[in-house]
Amino acid sequence: MSILGNRVLRTEDPTFLTVGGTYTADLDDPLLAGALHVTYVRSMVAHGVITDIDLAEARQSPGVVAAYSAEDLADMPPLPLAVPLLDPRQGRPALATDKVRFVGEPLAVIVSETPEAGADAAESVWAEIDFLPAVLTPEDALAGDTLLFEDKGDNISLDLSFGEDDDVFDACEVVVEEQLHNQRVAGCPLEVRAAAAVWDGDRLVHFGSTQAPHGVKATLQEWYGLDETKVRVKTPDVGGGFGPKIGAYAEEVLLGWIAKQLGRPVRWVETRSENMVGMGHGRGQWQTVKIGGSRDGTVQAYRLNLVQDSGAYPALGAFLSFMTRTMASGVYDIPEVQFNAKSIVTNTTPTVAYRGAGRPEATAAIERAMDLFAAEVGMDPAEVRRANLIPSDAFPFTTPTDTVYDVGDYERSLDLVLDAAGYPELRADQAARRAAGGPVQLGIGVSVYVEVTAGPQAGEEFGRVVVHPDGTATAYTGASSHGQGHDTSFAMLVTDALGIPIEDVTISHGDTDEVARGVGTFGSRSLQLGGSAIHEASGLVVDKAREIAAELLEADPADLVLDVAGGAFHVAGTPAVSRSWSEVAAAAGPDGIEAETDFKSASPTFPFGAHVAVVEVDTETGLVRLVRMVTCDDAGTVLNPLIVEGQRHGGIAQGVAQALYEHMQYDDEGNPVTGNLADYTMISSTELPSFELVTMETPTPLNPLGAKGIGESGTIGSTPAVQSAVCDALSALGIRHVDMPCTPERVWEAIRSR
Amino acid sequence: MEISITVNGTEQRHDIEPRTLLVQFIREVVGLTGTNIGCDTSSCGACTLHLDGESVKSCTVLAVQADGGAITTIEGLAPSDDELHPMQESFREQHGLQCGFCTPGMVMAATSLLDENPDPSEAEVREGLEGNLCRCTGYHNIVAAVLAAAKTGRGGTAVEVAQ
Repeated sequence: MSILGNRVLRTEDPTFLTVGGTYTADLDDPLLAGALHVTYVRSMVAHGVITDIDLAEARQSPGVVAAYSAEDLADMPPLPLAVPLLDPRQGRPALATDKVRFVGEPLAVIVSETPEAGADAAESVWAEIDFLPAVLTPEDALAGDTLLFEDKGDNISLDLSFGEDDDVFDACEVVVEEQLHNQRVAGCPLEVRAAAAVWDGDRLVHFGSTQAPHGVKATLQEWYGLDETKVRVKTPDVGGGFGPKIGAYAEEVLLGWIAKQLGRPVRWVETRSENMVGMGHGRGQWQTVKIGGSRDGTVQAYRLNLVQDSGAYPALGAFLSFMTRTMASGVYDIPEVQFNAKSIVTNTTPTVAYRGAGRPEATAAIERAMDLFAAEVGMDPAEVRRANLIPSDAFPFTTPTDTVYDVGDYERSLDLVLDAAGYPELRADQAARRAAGGPVQLGIGVSVYVEVTAGPQAGEEFGRVVVHPDGTATAYTGASSHGQGHDTSFAMLVTDALGIPIEDVTISHGDTDEVARGVGTFGSRSLQLGGSAIHEASGLVVDKAREIAAELLEADPADLVLDVAGGAFHVAGTPAVSRSWSEVAAAAGPDGIEAETDFKSASPTFPFGAHVAVVEVDTETGLVRLVRMVTCDDAGTVLNPLIVEGQRHGGIAQGVAQALYEHMQYDDEGNPVTGNLADYTMISSTELPSFELVTMETPTPLNPLGAKGIGESGTIGSTPAVQSAVCDALSALGIRHVDMPCTPERVWEAIRSR
Repeated sequence: MEISITVNGTEQRHDIEPRTLLVQFIREVVGLTGTNIGCDTSSCGACTLHLDGESVKSCTVLAVQADGGAITTIEGLAPSDDELHPMQESFREQHGLQCGFCTPGMVMAATSLLDENPDPSEAEVREGLEGNLCRCTGYHNIVAAVLAAAKTGRGGTAVEVAQ
């Protein structure tokens, strides 16, 4: 019986639980002995012209070894563009050059013997900055009176305009429009950013907390002009990523240069307050939805126009609108879908990918639109959704925005979740409370979602499997775990294919010298691509081993079978005479038997599901309490239910957090006002109930495991369900929309200003 | 100034700068890195450890304040090298951790919680862990782990005290 599908406890846990992980700040690699500490001096001004940066006092400060500003970097190019399609005129220098464009942008760097000395010296750096108006809103950015990048001529970072056609809406019986703000949020991995660099001869060795070691390596190669043999990236344990740790930040890229100047290793560990303004933020879309249809509940047309905030330097965030377009029409069969998006630069922290990256924004928009449409035609929101779902026999299904969904049964997921939630009883409870007229009212929110994983283009990942002469195995993966449990899941795949016990399988990831190539862990891609690569490489190892075992057994390879339960080869029908993995691998030579592959999926996969959120809203105070969260999330075949459930839980919580609490905010001058964990209301245990999960598995035909991604689904489904529940509770008061986050203040204000 | 603190049963006598935080003392002077730093506002609880039998956020205590005291960190919780403390075991069985960064602080806070309330309700567990943030688990399995540990009757620090 296969190990796959079982609740296998994580092999990585005993270390985490007894001595803790080894994160970048904890590293005591011999190469880093005597490492100097790097402290960045950050702009306190959102927008301005730099006239002088005086480092003289800082350089004299006790314990300081060196201090640098942009003028010291004159020979170095701007940082490589995060996405090749970005405009180089909006490129980012490693240290602010001529202008500052957001609060938190690194202006200068202090190198010191201790972190304390660096912090003290940073206080003595004096930057002369002539203030410019801060560009913070779509109106100001698009008006273009103040430009962040004068050479560009406008504040646009990406234009995805496809045009508008009003005729289709004019033909509809019912049309509803609404403005939605999908607010900016902070990723908040518990481990902040950290990195270290040292030159080992002419070779740059870079340690860092990243989701994509090979991506960091490519960036370093490009900036330093080094070939692939001259850069090594090593990733120790990583304390969470959630998207913002995909790329290499200025603060990390610069470390190799500093180490070169001083001939010593250097290490940088930021503070949380730096992290909140220096690490990329997520979301940041101002949306306008327009939905039209007939009074029987059929939706005929949908338009999503949006402005995407890229922040000060366009990075992955500028492209979130592309992902939003990919998923614009969600689970619905809508004949006419229109989409227009502009990405803008503003004097704020750059935006990047954050759990879902463009897809939660698409789902939030269409789901809110469906609710508004349901209210307008006077139908139950669940029934309006059902009436417009793509039928299960329509797959593969091509959407009006040219996305091809692999497989799905959206109605079944809706049925399962409504049944588990007891939907009719909830509605009855709601009606009773409304009739009773008490201050605390019940709200029920329903969402049905589909999202794209391992996309938006066809993805690939590297895998290599080695069986050693002692019968143990090592699998190398280009994916890079930062909490996802790859050590366990990927070992299960090797055990399943080879019959080598899971405790004898080691997973290697994160060191670019150990793993020849790779992409990394983001976009819910790792199991379906990286896992499939390990699965296929394991199969290739079995093929090679069969030839060797055949020689040992003096048999025809075609007659041999691998007894996975016993981990040995024998001739079919005569299990008594067999050769174990150690015998076969030892016969192959001292290096054992190895095989590698790059698994390439023909196209992305499309997990889907449905969520029901139940909230209590105190109409006197505006306080929202999430009472129940019932979800059905179908990510295809489940390899390890324990880990998949954990991914769902975490995803759900982050969606709830955006719907109710979290919002990265700036004042009118571009000063962050939620720049630490005391002011930014990161969700805690008391604000959440335990979740009720419903299981559904619709395998994808696109990979041998039948697996789709599960890392982001929870967030994508829960965000609109919770917001919808709040709006639903208030609907009896004549309120049809409250923007996220639905804080007590906002809910109270909505009630008060009726 | 010189201070003496017993850390996981071993006396640690060191000359330190007065401004040294307890978490810095544990990580940088004693060299135990299981205790993590996740914020600078005493909000996240990643640095939680036990000082004289009670959980504290070690970023809000000066090392000199702990002079003469006894500290248990995550490294000192398990009864032996090949055995987990019931709370650690429960976190593993319930999948109460993912990236592991909040885990040491969360486990230390959880054992202390059961010392104060050996049979908590779900709501009491959630209240008790409010000061410890986790971004990975949505708290679902952490709460399950603490409730399961409570059921064993050995989820508190009785194991430590017996050492």
